[in-house]
Amino acid sequence: MTDHAHDSRTGHVVSPLILIGTLAALLVLTFATVAITWVDLGAFALWAAMIIATVKATLVVLFFMHMWWDKPIIPIVFITSLLLVALFVGLSLTDTGQWLPSQIPGYAPGIEGNSTP
Amino acid sequence: MSEHHSDHPAYLGHHYDTPEQQFDSGKLGMWLFLATEVLLFAGLFCAYAVYRAHHPEIFKYSAQFLDTKLGGINTVVLITSSFTMAMAVRSAQLGKKQITAGLLALTLLGGVGFMAIKKVEYEQKWKHGLLWGTLYQPEEHGGEHGGEHGGEHGEAEEHSFLDRIAGISRAVAQQTDHGSDTHANETATDDHAVDSHATDVDPVVAAETAESSGGSGAFERTILPSAAKSPEGLADTTHAHAEEASPENVHLFFGIYFLMTGLHGIHVIAGMIAIGWVLRRTLRGDFSKEYSTPVDLVGLYWHIVDLVWIYLFPLLYLID
Repeated sequence: MTDHAHDSRTGHVVSPLILIGTLAALLVLTFATVAITWVDLGAFALWAAMIIATVKATLVVLFFMHMWWDKPIIPIVFITSLLLVALFVGLSLTDTGQWLPSQIPGYAPGIEGNSTP
Repeated sequence: MSEHHSDHPAYLGHHYDTPEQQFDSGKLGMWLFLATEVLLFAGLFCAYAVYRAHHPEIFKYSAQFLDTKLGGINTVVLITSSFTMAMAVRSAQLGKKQITAGLLALTLLGGVGFMAIKKVEYEQKWKHGLLWGTLYQPEEHGGEHGGEHGGEHGEAEEHSFLDRIAGISRAVAQQTDHGSDTHANETATDDHAVDSHATDVDPVVAAETAESSGGSGAFERTILPSAAKSPEGLADTTHAHAEEASPENVHLFFGIYFLMTGLHGIHVIAGMIAIGWVLRRTLRGDFSKEYSTPVDLVGLYWHIVDLVWIYLFPLLYLID
């Protein structure tokens, strides 16, 4: 049996530089996550936090979890789960959005337009 | 396909033709499991999303109780432990036993550090009565716990878990008897005020009567407020932290907080057990350049745990 020197039977071996680079990027983005709360972004604040979190998650999945070098079935499995999550949360929130303002006056005072009975 | 015995090494299961097939199967199996983990946490994230959409005032108000610094440190700890785990997988693939063991130990240390900070956070919540559901009994700002208690004991440690449960069952019993909250609790306080033992006095009920802010802490049936009673005024005080205008049902936030971080913490502990197992196998010499799949798969699990926290941190700790 022939064994490639760097690609053993255990698969592709990641270069330590890539791992260190990913770590550095993650730490910078963590600082960014906290830093954006120092600026008043209003309604965009939640979006900004989620975008940064998703970038971090992508880095972890692609490089720490090795997906960059994996066979296609792996990303297919993972992305399918993400699509199901999007369906789950997305549809629940559309339902929330439709019921919320009109039903019980004053029940959710934090929502704009809901304080008038 | 028949194979010579020498072609079928010890680490290769008999139902696999080649080590590559075993490795690919292992990876696929673990990723399928991780997909279920993602969906598990998605349920809780969905609860978070719905409740925050309904009651942003509760989340804005509760954000002050979470220590951003500790949460940030925990994030850095988990990310670093993910890094050491990825390095451990790499060195295991290269057959470097000692380095792998060292990196796995460092990862384990990261998990320990995370749980230690978590413990500190949970302790703070417990001490200040910031818990879920009916256990949500926030103390007055002066540090008093209900009328009778403040002077006697001075600290919150007598609020044992059993005390709270006892208090709650009493409160529930009275609630169903009398049908109204405040009056029932006042009666209970009178009954129990005589006993000044820490275990007998009802800190829960006492705290309820001491609370003047509407609804927070008192056990109420879910009552839909009429327009007259609705906390409309709170819609204007979204920026007034100092005013302590506590919205109703703050316990909802802490229910979600403890459920999400608690389930995540359980996953961290499970990951630590798995890392310990793989560390032991490494030291025992089970792995080599030809076979290190368990290290790889445990690493994948640990990264998902990190991933969940990457989302938990901004959603819980960085609300405004």
